[in-house]
Amino acid sequence: MILKKLISLKNVIISVSILILIWQLAFNFSSYDKALFPSPKMAFDALVEMIGNGQLFENIKTSMYRFVIGYFSSVIVAVTLGLILGRLPKVFQYVNPMAQLLRPISPTAWMPFIVLLFGIGDVPAIVIIFIAAFFPVLLSTVSAVGNIDPIYLKVSRNFGIKQLQLTRKVIFPAAFPQIANGIHLALGTAWIFLVAGEMVGAQSGLGYQIIDARNNIRADILLATILVIGIIGIVLDGLLRLAEKRILRAWGGQS
Amino acid sequence: MYIEVKDTCKNFVQDGKEFIALDHVSLDIEKGEFICLLGPSGCGKSTLLNALAGFEKVSSGSVKIDGKEVTAPSINNITIFQNYGLLPWRNVLKNVELGLESKKVKKEERRKTALKYLELVGLSGFEKRYPKQLSGGQQQRVAIARGLAVDPDIIFMDEPFGALDAITRMKLQEDILRISREEKKTIIFVTHDIEEAVFLADRIVVMMSDPGRIKSIVKVPLGSNRDRTSRDFLYVRDKIFELFNMKSESYIEYYI
Repeated sequence: MILKKLISLKNVIISVSILILIWQLAFNFSSYDKALFPSPKMAFDALVEMIGNGQLFENIKTSMYRFVIGYFSSVIVAVTLGLILGRLPKVFQYVNPMAQLLRPISPTAWMPFIVLLFGIGDVPAIVIIFIAAFFPVLLSTVSAVGNIDPIYLKVSRNFGIKQLQLTRKVIFPAAFPQIANGIHLALGTAWIFLVAGEMVGAQSGLGYQIIDARNNIRADILLATILVIGIIGIVLDGLLRLAEKRILRAWGGQS
Repeated sequence: MYIEVKDTCKNFVQDGKEFIALDHVSLDIEKGEFICLLGPSGCGKSTLLNALAGFEKVSSGSVKIDGKEVTAPSINNITIFQNYGLLPWRNVLKNVELGLESKKVKKEERRKTALKYLELVGLSGFEKRYPKQLSGGQQQRVAIARGLAVDPDIIFMDEPFGALDAITRMKLQEDILRISREEKKTIIFVTHDIEEAVFLADRIVVMMSDPGRIKSIVKVPLGSNRDRTSRDFLYVRDKIFELFNMKSESYIEYYI
């Protein structure tokens, strides 16, 4: 177990080192001004500077606040709606074309419209995350409910388990592994669109920090911020994976 | 009569063709009887069971239990399925408590009842295990304990031992026979295994396919201690074989 972790850590270190090496080589051979295309060292210094003056943590806090609200409200609404629609295939027949029409629209396309309605601030970023997470979670929940082994429903009918009890005790746990898949997928998408949302509709947060760095021609800050966004994405993914594992283990460790 | 099936038909339409699963079937069952519905696949034995259990509606005729028309499944009549139907996210104890929860039994009482029936099926000490940590035979025992825990009047069993190996199956047959005597339940048991039917049943309902119908009802005049190798047992078994026209007519000489 420990050996396995060490090996995977080794792989991560090698992989990241290669990335930095390529960056460094590109820096050495590029003819751009180093203010426009900084070296890894310069980006790292900018990172230290941002940590030092508190700017980074302020922006992370702002972004995480929007992300948590947008993502979790979206997951809760989408799962609830999915559990209901999954049990009502006749109603879903009418909802599905709607969902299929709205789903392929990039959440960023809504951005100008949302800004018109809500103005600049927290709301556009939250709304865009909500939209980004909503459809994958809704559709995976509906299909998960439809895929439940009919024997669970038969047993439930036999034992007189109905409605809310049925959803809570049988349908949700039976569908959970597939729902979790959708929730997981949506996390990545939502994080991607948070940044997009903040670049257009906000005056704070990590996305805005990128725009701000560009306006001030601080490419070092810009690249450092991009790195931070990537790292937070990985951490969020890892946390969710951990939560998923916990829940599955509490439910008999089905994988 | 306790269970009364009267002139019941059930038709399906499958790929545009009409299929008669039950063709004017009538059957009476008394309280406390152990009935086996025996026949090849397509003879309507599972359809009949599902109609009795309330999972399927019949096309015509009536199905009554205790004088009341069957329209939906009831917690008073529990069905045991071939693939067990345990909830994999609940441990053994919580699985057995499932039905008691809808009966609004208090927590301590639920636990006590569940433990009692787990002991009855020989699974004491397995409470904290999860279904996938058990063998098929053990899982079916949990399902039986779960069914018994709600104290049903009738237990329907739909080829419950069909997925188990021969030795485990025989062990479970012995146990279900013992349980049926101890708990005094009415049991309707679907099987395509002639020996299983002879071992378990008070009466065997022999069914035929195309269309699904009852060919004859055979009383099994064997006592409560049944021996698969006894002459009486083999005699009854042979009689059933004859009904299916499966007994070879020629005489074979054996040298043993």
